[in-house]
Amino acid sequence: MLNKNIYLILIISLVFAISFWIGFNVNLLPAEASINAPIYDELFKILFIIGLIIFIGMTIAVIYSLFKFRKRNDQIGDGIALEGNLSLEIVWTIIPSIIVLLIGLYSYNIYDRMGGMKELNHNHEMMSSNTEKIWAGISQTSDNEIAINNLSIEVSAMQFAFLFNYPNGNFISGELHVPVDQKVSMKMESKDVIHAFWVPEFRIKQDIIPGQPTILNFTPTKVGKYPIICAELCGPYHGGMRASIIVEEESDYNEWFNKNKKTEVNL
Amino acid sequence: MTISIDPQKTNNESLQPKGWLRYFSFSLDHKVIGIQYLVCGFLFYLIGGTLASAIRIELASPMSDFMPRDVYNQVLTLHGTIMIFLWIVPVVNGAFGNYLIPFYVGARDMAFPRLNAVAFWLIPPSGLMLVASYFVEGAAQAGWTAYPPLSITTPQSGQIIWILSVLLLGGSSIFGGINFIATIIKLRRPGLKLMQLPMYCWAMLGTSLLVVLSTPVLAGTLILLSFDIIANTGFFNPVLGGNVVVYQHLFWFYSHPAVYIMVLPAFGLVSEILPVHARKPLFGYTTMVFSIMGIVVLGLVVWAHHMFTSGTPPWMRLFFTIATAFIAVPTGIKFFNWVATLWGGKISINSAMLFSCGFIINFVFGGITGVALAQVPFDIHVHDTYFVVAHFHYIVYGGTVFIIFSSIYHWFPKVTGKMLNEKFGILHFIITFIGFNLCFAPQHWLGLNGMPRRVAEYDPQFQFVNQISSLGALLMAISTIPFLINVFLSVRNGKDAGDNPWNALTPEWLTSSPPPVENWEGEAPLVEEPYGYGKEISEQR
Repeated sequence: MLNKNIYLILIISLVFAISFWIGFNVNLLPAEASINAPIYDELFKILFIIGLIIFIGMTIAVIYSLFKFRKRNDQIGDGIALEGNLSLEIVWTIIPSIIVLLIGLYSYNIYDRMGGMKELNHNHEMMSSNTEKIWAGISQTSDNEIAINNLSIEVSAMQFAFLFNYPNGNFISGELHVPVDQKVSMKMESKDVIHAFWVPEFRIKQDIIPGQPTILNFTPTKVGKYPIICAELCGPYHGGMRASIIVEEESDYNEWFNKNKKTEVNL
Repeated sequence: MTISIDPQKTNNESLQPKGWLRYFSFSLDHKVIGIQYLVCGFLFYLIGGTLASAIRIELASPMSDFMPRDVYNQVLTLHGTIMIFLWIVPVVNGAFGNYLIPFYVGARDMAFPRLNAVAFWLIPPSGLMLVASYFVEGAAQAGWTAYPPLSITTPQSGQIIWILSVLLLGGSSIFGGINFIATIIKLRRPGLKLMQLPMYCWAMLGTSLLVVLSTPVLAGTLILLSFDIIANTGFFNPVLGGNVVVYQHLFWFYSHPAVYIMVLPAFGLVSEILPVHARKPLFGYTTMVFSIMGIVVLGLVVWAHHMFTSGTPPWMRLFFTIATAFIAVPTGIKFFNWVATLWGGKISINSAMLFSCGFIINFVFGGITGVALAQVPFDIHVHDTYFVVAHFHYIVYGGTVFIIFSSIYHWFPKVTGKMLNEKFGILHFIITFIGFNLCFAPQHWLGLNGMPRRVAEYDPQFQFVNQISSLGALLMAISTIPFLINVFLSVRNGKDAGDNPWNALTPEWLTSSPPPVENWEGEAPLVEEPYGYGKEISEQR
């Protein structure tokens, strides 16, 4: 009996060890290029490890049972007439409930840190009239936010392109240029069907809905060129509906911005 | 209260065709209708599988080069619709439900045999109509979710035929659901208590409640959508002031419970198969019943987790996260109970057992990614990507379809009186299991790294992983060959099974195989302990 318990403890620790090792050493995610990304990856790592422990544990239990309790050729008759065990049932109701609850609270915390619970409207008072209802989105902010000024951009999506309107510069671009480490605030609306704005390296996605503007705020942290992908089926060329976001140093961004800016003609 | 079993059916008996012709008739026999459901569903599975192969061929290269882009969207729409509404739902509910439930409650037929036949005969025409819509003006191409405004702006005839077809299939499903509830509640043989029923009855009771509560909502939604398309109303059309997000709420109010409509019956079936081949009672009968009902209740209040990136306010996102994650608790209880059922048994390693164990492993994997997907911040990155595609194929293929095959191996001797060949069966399992995991496991990575779903073209960096996935799909297609050979050979020349080849204790095995039209020669037996393995033998000795 003692021997059996030692084996059990050994196997459980091995499952934990393997899961933690894989969780910390196998990277399944793309580069981290926004404030959101490291927060997301933290949640992913935790969920990945818990998932691995459960999956490896259950798989071992099934394969072990098949091997250990298989019917030998000389055997007749049935297994033990065990119909249940109340304390076991209570254990495997309560422990998963606690795990699920903790994961829920933890992901709430992550969501809050991503800015998911923040008011959406305050950045857009100048852009939207009071009667207009902003539906949803992520209003990302962070404690270590560097910039005070937001860059406001209006996104319009249509079959099968994104257009980025820079109201301050009075021009429209097919490529999204943003300065690094500065919060970008986007108001998005679709001209036809539902589209979605997704940047995998930023770990953010928001549907772009016709008739209802949505908000998406983010802060890029790494200079580079990343894909913007439409993630909602929008028609035959849905797979080709892509654009690029170019995150650049502030000076490069200003140069690009000034080159494209249309000066208003004043009398 | 009991309903006396009507002997009138015997008189009609002479009017019904005999032999294989029965299966092409408006038969009222629940066993015939069950087989009609199964074979019809399997034919549509082959069509849906061909469409899936076409998708995987297209995705073997990053360019859209195998078929035109709009045809690709039609193919993925038809694949989803056929697999859900014409294969999985009719087979796990209609086929096995019709065949088994009257045996399990000790009745000679379902409560409403004519309604039952109508429910089946709605399926072939609506399925053929759906497939034929391709030849009219192109099939629907807005995905099986048919989100407006896309479904309003794509060619109308395909979308309207799609709506009509889904409405008929939904009607068939509701007829079936009402029939199952009535049969389980009202047609039990005298003396049989609810808590003595085999677990599949409970699963079908829960499923039928979901069908009856949620399918009408889908029907109403699709009728409103069809008004938007043909009568220019503005329920969901933003140009006319409609709201596209409302459609998503209404659609998912049915379509999330639809996942449980596909999965709960499989939970019931595996609860019948495992105890027989492990020679042990089902572990924790009472908690199994409560967990089914828990899933039914929770399943009705989680739909908005499909909409975390559409217009949902933060508080709503939070509620649906917690509710969804909690479904893992009753589901987990069931899986722990099944493993405990295996523990200490005398397990026969046969095709039925292997497919059931494959189901447990695949479904646990799909359940874990499901709990992850329930978390709003996690979902925001992977929503509408191949991660989701991988997740739900682990649930519906790795879960339910594995159980459909397991059930066919288990009940084939009951239906035909012949055994299926075990060598072919094990070969079928091995190719299916490897092919399935090769096809869908890599898709998790694709989704995490930036490949959205429903695309005909993608970033060339994903080509290699997509080709692995296509190779897996090829194996899955090949795996049906040993299965079909096995079925055709065994129906003709299979080993005689005898009445009860597995020495099972559930009531359907306590009659001849194949069973007589009246199910039992005499009175239906009273089975108080459908899982009394271990005990029964010791008493007999």
